[in-house]
Amino acid sequence: MEYQHIECHREGAVGVLVLNRPAQLNSFNEAMHQEVAAVLKDWEQDPEVRAILLTGNGRGFCAGQDLGDRAVNSGDAAPDLGQSIDRYYNPLIKRLTNMPKPVVCAVNGVAAGAGANIALACDIVIAARSASFIQAFCRLGLVPDSGGTWLLPRLVGRARAMALTLRGDKVSADQARDMGMIWQVVEDEQLQSEAMQQALQLSRQPTYGLGLIKQAINSAADNSLNQQLELERDLQRLAGRSEDYREGVDAFLNKRTPEYKGR
Amino acid sequence: MNCQDILVGPVDAGVLTISLNRPERRNALRNQTLAEIGEVLAGAAANPEVRAVVVGGNLRCFAAGADLEEMRHLDAVGLQQDVRPSLWKRIDDFNKPLIAAVNGYALGAGLELVLHCDLVVAGEGALFGLPEIKLGIMPGAGGTQRLSRQLGQQTAMKMVLTGEPISAERAYELGLVSQLCVPALTDEYAHQLARQIAGQAPLAVQAAKGAIKACQETSLSQGLRQERQAFVWLAGTEDRNEGINAFLEKRAPQYRGK
Repeated sequence: MEYQHIECHREGAVGVLVLNRPAQLNSFNEAMHQEVAAVLKDWEQDPEVRAILLTGNGRGFCAGQDLGDRAVNSGDAAPDLGQSIDRYYNPLIKRLTNMPKPVVCAVNGVAAGAGANIALACDIVIAARSASFIQAFCRLGLVPDSGGTWLLPRLVGRARAMALTLRGDKVSADQARDMGMIWQVVEDEQLQSEAMQQALQLSRQPTYGLGLIKQAINSAADNSLNQQLELERDLQRLAGRSEDYREGVDAFLNKRTPEYKGR
Repeated sequence: MNCQDILVGPVDAGVLTISLNRPERRNALRNQTLAEIGEVLAGAAANPEVRAVVVGGNLRCFAAGADLEEMRHLDAVGLQQDVRPSLWKRIDDFNKPLIAAVNGYALGAGLELVLHCDLVVAGEGALFGLPEIKLGIMPGAGGTQRLSRQLGQQTAMKMVLTGEPISAERAYELGLVSQLCVPALTDEYAHQLARQIAGQAPLAVQAAKGAIKACQETSLSQGLRQERQAFVWLAGTEDRNEGINAFLEKRAPQYRGK
């Protein structure tokens, strides 16, 4: 299938999705939303894809919503921003967080507005040294969407989340790592190879088990300790029935390298 | 009995399993399906080995509604003479515990079947709704009555008048679902629950189920009188003596359904 606003290919068991509107810093329009959704939906079902790498072309990762689509002339009726959130941004965030396989994000440049929060919704976020994160919404009179107000206080604490979202400051990759917003910073020229190596490594792990871990971590914020303990029991019950668990134990006992199949 | 629309499992530890099995039609409940369920339940009522029944669908779908093809050709006279209400009545009359194991969609007649069950175990992500209004019709198998009695007017009105479904989490909060779990374990946990109930004294279980269901039909004073009568009646059973004796002698009871 031909895509206009993204590039995607497979490398081993890794599905690589590259946002590709470099002239617009990979900001989202409706067509790009539809293409991203189609690819992710496909990979969600595909047992051959065992990890996903999300990144961008050019000097930006993603600048959020393409404001060219959103020009409001005085006198025009106010646009219903809730509608595009309902239709595109919320399903995208749910798709990334519910994806039953690990999603690595390589933030190659500026990640602003929804673009920042889409990156943060991924499981492992690696940024180029020159990349930056900006909760730009407040500068336009808007509210952080795509899960920003939910995720940020959990990642960096309330005090920092408040300042970041009320002031809209630019946060460098190093600052983002230091405050626990992302996992790792690498030199610009090493970003893609390092991220790909990590995605490939994850794609050889017990995918089904990794999916259950994601589910547990993502549920934790809503659950009490008691609920979470019960969820861990249920997920462990399922994990213990997987082929990969048998393989893992057998490989351990026989002192060999396990060969996981992802189920 | 030879069933086309459902799979019926062997009786295991007192539990009989009915699986809705028309995945190509999202387990839509046509007359044939309801007739088969009713037939199997009638057999289960008469079979002393069956002490609880679990009814489920598949991971994507419990039952997504009635069969619209079947319904569209019926006019007012046809509906007046339809056998369907009597098919539902047979399911409602089943006197042993009926447990729904719900994953995916339970919509329209699917939710009405859930409302016929005594207990509901649901997988996260399940959806419960009565979308009939979107088709210019309304629930016709107890949906408006059972839902408002179980969940109250506001929830029932919103669900019935908008046709929008509620999530399993919301259904659990509202008391429509007794237990919530990860979808892959729904059937297993429904069976666990069924086995636990199947281990109790069968006559006491039936009497207790009847007493709770009578709650929808009677005033409090009548209900209390019926409860007391059932309570006294159980004193005439062997299992009642066995249950109390086993407790006092600190041993496991051996119930015989007598």
